[in-house]
Amino acid sequence: METGRFGEYGGQYVPETLMNAVHELEEAYEKYKKDPEFNRELEDLMKNYAGRPSLLYYAEKMTEDLGGAKIYLKREDLNHTGSHKINNVLGQVLLAKKMGKTRVIAETGAGQHGVATATAAALMGMDCEIFMGKEDTERQALNVFRMELLGAKVHPVMTGTMTLKDAVNETMREWTSRMNDTLYVLGSVMGPHPFPMIVRDFQSVISKESRMQILEAEGKLPDAVVACVGGGSNAMGSFYEYIKDENVQLIGCEAAGLGVDNEKNAATIANGSVGIFHGMKSLFCQDEYGQIAPVYSISAGLDYPGIGPEHAMLNETGRAVYVPVTDEEAVGAFEYLSRTEGIIPAIESAHAVAHVMKIAGNMDKDQIIIATISGRGDKDVAAIARYRGVEIYE
Amino acid sequence: MSRISKVFEKEKVFIAFITGGDPNIETSYELIRTMAASGADIIEIGIPFSDPIAEGPVIQEASLRALNAGTTTDLLFDMVKRLREEIDTPLVFMTYANPIYVYGTERFMEKCADSGIDGVIVPDVPFEEKGELGDQCRECGVDLISMIAPTSKKRIEMIAKEAEGFIYCVSSLGVTGVRSEIDTDIGTMIKHVKAVTDIPCAVGFGIATPEQAEKMAMVSDGAIVGSAIVKLVAEHGKDAVSYVADYVKSMKAGVMRA
Repeated sequence: METGRFGEYGGQYVPETLMNAVHELEEAYEKYKKDPEFNRELEDLMKNYAGRPSLLYYAEKMTEDLGGAKIYLKREDLNHTGSHKINNVLGQVLLAKKMGKTRVIAETGAGQHGVATATAAALMGMDCEIFMGKEDTERQALNVFRMELLGAKVHPVMTGTMTLKDAVNETMREWTSRMNDTLYVLGSVMGPHPFPMIVRDFQSVISKESRMQILEAEGKLPDAVVACVGGGSNAMGSFYEYIKDENVQLIGCEAAGLGVDNEKNAATIANGSVGIFHGMKSLFCQDEYGQIAPVYSISAGLDYPGIGPEHAMLNETGRAVYVPVTDEEAVGAFEYLSRTEGIIPAIESAHAVAHVMKIAGNMDKDQIIIATISGRGDKDVAAIARYRGVEIYE
Repeated sequence: MSRISKVFEKEKVFIAFITGGDPNIETSYELIRTMAASGADIIEIGIPFSDPIAEGPVIQEASLRALNAGTTTDLLFDMVKRLREEIDTPLVFMTYANPIYVYGTERFMEKCADSGIDGVIVPDVPFEEKGELGDQCRECGVDLISMIAPTSKKRIEMIAKEAEGFIYCVSSLGVTGVRSEIDTDIGTMIKHVKAVTDIPCAVGFGIATPEQAEKMAMVSDGAIVGSAIVKLVAEHGKDAVSYVADYVKSMKAGVMRA
């Protein structure tokens, strides 16, 4: 059986106990992705439950204000549960159900993937347990309650840095102890094969739609596609259908926290090196002995010390470029998009908006940028207020 | 024949684990010497990793203590070199893929051979991914210890065929840590191995009492204990040496009754 490599990256670095479980998932996915009934059900869920296709919105005021390229926003924030995470989760939970599983487990950072998983589990009648770093449960307290409301059990993870990476560790450990009735619904294009492939395939609906939408609106492909990158699922989904279109520039925006030269950042491409962690060979923020670094970003969803293996390959081949965006720039973009277009983006997505603000003005007026608004910003309002010195708590 | 294979020749073995550098290098050094003198046939030294996904809370916390104390892979190689002047007990490093990969697999294995490490156990490198690691181990004469789990089933044959030193039989699902009961049919797992090769099999995960060790050694070639020892180190810190010595003696006696 092939082990899912993207160049040298990827692989299946999991304990022996899990090997049959990842193989079982691989076989099930290969079977169901070709199954017309499965695809019909998934399409129905995407359309009638998640609200797809999502809009490709022409941001006219932002375009005028920046004075360069035409800016389109792919509005994943308008999906049910408020982010792109639902695309992957509907696919994986439906797959879990077909596999005869009755329970799903997942990690979450900002809480978006946890909320989406809890939602899909509620819809499809599955038990659901979510692992979330203690620090994130505090940063995103409302999402914890939201998951509980949806019937999920939320476990605060108290180990390590108590953020997303530790939540992944704990979910892995839980899966190792119980896989007969349980599927790990991984939230990003990371982890052991087949997860990076499965999550990419389910998220590629973003670029499938945007490619058709932009051709319809403009009669040509965009010059650049911009998306934020933590593990990299919305970026992978936003890029995927354009990889073959060599003139479309693909730009991933990583969280540089207080700056790439400051130790408080999460910019894996800028600062990372090749390693093997969380089931995959990829790039990680780490020290000379391979100890994974504690990373930081204002955005809980990008606060991750690694990046999906396919991104590592796209970076290496130069097909995609990855740029760092600081907390300050992201908060600025969060406020800018709110004021200019009346769209409050997730702080994660604001990293992509910030980069668009940097490049659009230097591009020609007949050029086009598509930026993915991966989620809505309601969850971040209190944190941004605090960042600006207004003491609001949820 | 490797130093590891030899110890399985004479009797049932007791394999003891500690996290290297917990609470500091000097205590680890003393613990290893003492465990060797108290009947541990093989000693596993954990190179602490920031994110040990196969470990339960006890060894997770020990890894953190060791890293906070400034333990590094290089300091552990130095410690092993010093130990080799005093003890002949087989020593095995247990760590994760990343500390080895980032150190440089070739450089890591050369250092193992040079300092006197006999084998490595890497729980997040399964059979399918062992390529480069296995090649470098062979090159340097270091045994790459394979693991089999209760879920391995048909994989056992493939794993056993290429196994070196001994096979680490994981007794239970989940992560490392003390368990009150082990209900996996270990005997059948080991029969599958022995049908393919006569490599020794030792059972680990969840074993804490001499009775459990005896029971496991009855169906295998030995027992592996980690969390129960690390717990003593957590409780007694630098003064753990005598407690660990008594514990290892009682466990070796348990194994010998099998």
